[in-house]
Amino acid sequence: MASEKSSSDLTLLDFWVSPFGQRVRIALAEKSLPYEYVEEDLLAGKSDRLLQSNPVHKKIPVLLHGGKPVNESLIIVQYLDEAFPDTPSLLPADPYARAQARFWADYVDKKVYDCGSRLWKLKGEPQAQARAEMLEILKTLETELGDKEFFGGEHGFGFVDAAFAPFTPWFMSYEKYGEFKVAEVAPKIAAWAERVGKRESVAKSLYSPDKVYDFIGVLKKMYGIE
Amino acid sequence: MSEKVKLIGCFGSTAVHRAEVALRLKSVPLELVVEDLTNKSDLLLTHNPIYKTVPVLLHGHRPAVCESLIIVEYVDEAFDGPPILPSDPLDRADARFWARFLDDKCWKAMWVALWTEPGETQAAWAREAKENMTLLERQLPEGKNFFGGDAIGFLDIAVGGIAHLLGVFEEIAGVRLLAEEDHPALCRWAREYLSDETVRQCVPDRDSVLVALAARKELYVSTAKAMTAEK
Repeated sequence: MASEKSSSDLTLLDFWVSPFGQRVRIALAEKSLPYEYVEEDLLAGKSDRLLQSNPVHKKIPVLLHGGKPVNESLIIVQYLDEAFPDTPSLLPADPYARAQARFWADYVDKKVYDCGSRLWKLKGEPQAQARAEMLEILKTLETELGDKEFFGGEHGFGFVDAAFAPFTPWFMSYEKYGEFKVAEVAPKIAAWAERVGKRESVAKSLYSPDKVYDFIGVLKKMYGIE
Repeated sequence: MSEKVKLIGCFGSTAVHRAEVALRLKSVPLELVVEDLTNKSDLLLTHNPIYKTVPVLLHGHRPAVCESLIIVEYVDEAFDGPPILPSDPLDRADARFWARFLDDKCWKAMWVALWTEPGETQAAWAREAKENMTLLERQLPEGKNFFGGDAIGFLDIAVGGIAHLLGVFEEIAGVRLLAEEDHPALCRWAREYLSDETVRQCVPDRDSVLVALAARKELYVSTAKAMTAEK
């Protein structure tokens, strides 16, 4: 989370524990791109700069490149690949492999955060449903990963890895609220989580599972959830 | 490049329309497989086990490409022909952003506004739908016919469903969302889009679409209800 003044003219508006912001931090680190990190204290309210840079959704992360905003984490990651073609790319070169990478990153986007949120927000039957869905999601991703070291396969650490890695510290919280173990439900995903956790770009972008768990506690208080 | 291309689709789908327009823009000879979504084929279920829906693109021996916008990007990258996405990275990011906005916010608001019973809730969704259309309309470049500029591009293809299907939905629902007086630029864009040579090949005659889609009204009402139940 370096706050060096950027020679590549990049600024990232972000929130420390956001898995979406972390995707961008991982991508920037993989590409060794310097940038200015700006913490938006979302629990206190949104800054004018954030509201001006993302007037439609008013959300982080926002990447500012020469002052011009790029929004939506996966769109930002693709933008970095395209705007900095001389850096290691996260998407592979082959069109079919790219389509598959986009599909699975989109799957993670559609499913993981929402289902996870329902796990810690809800109780009773709706929570049980969220639990069942989460197991399904993990098993589906397990099948997609298979015996590959990374989701990127031959390409190595790639787009889907960057998309999903920020959720790995959330596993502990999902496990506690859902009463299951990722290592039992999806052992290959658990092993992958450990592997990516050791990767430098990932390690320096993520916070510990304990910190995430505590953050969820803060959110629950805010929403008035027991 | 003479590998067979098969597009699994269905009649009157905004998502399928995107895939078809992209393929025809690149002059790709294709076989269209029309699904009955109330009775899905093994072909569809095998190739899209995750979402079990259309469109699905089968290109040669490759496994399927699913999700309409992903298919459009694939078609742009895999086939020669006029470019669909712009070349500048910032413009590409913008096009992708607005296509997602369209799907996540715009269509959701329009859909719920169309199929919810009249009342305060419906009125609120209709207001949101119109505000979203205004935001979208502002993306049309000054003095140009298309979101892509002089020629149809990624965002035109993404928004295409508004041009040829929204009017049909409005007629079935008895709800007016897109009007000349509120969104003159978007209406003008719709007319330009529909008069494009390639798009015309992908748009069946309005009457047959109206008949087919009117039969699905109950399904639309229940999907709209499900959408408001989420989040």
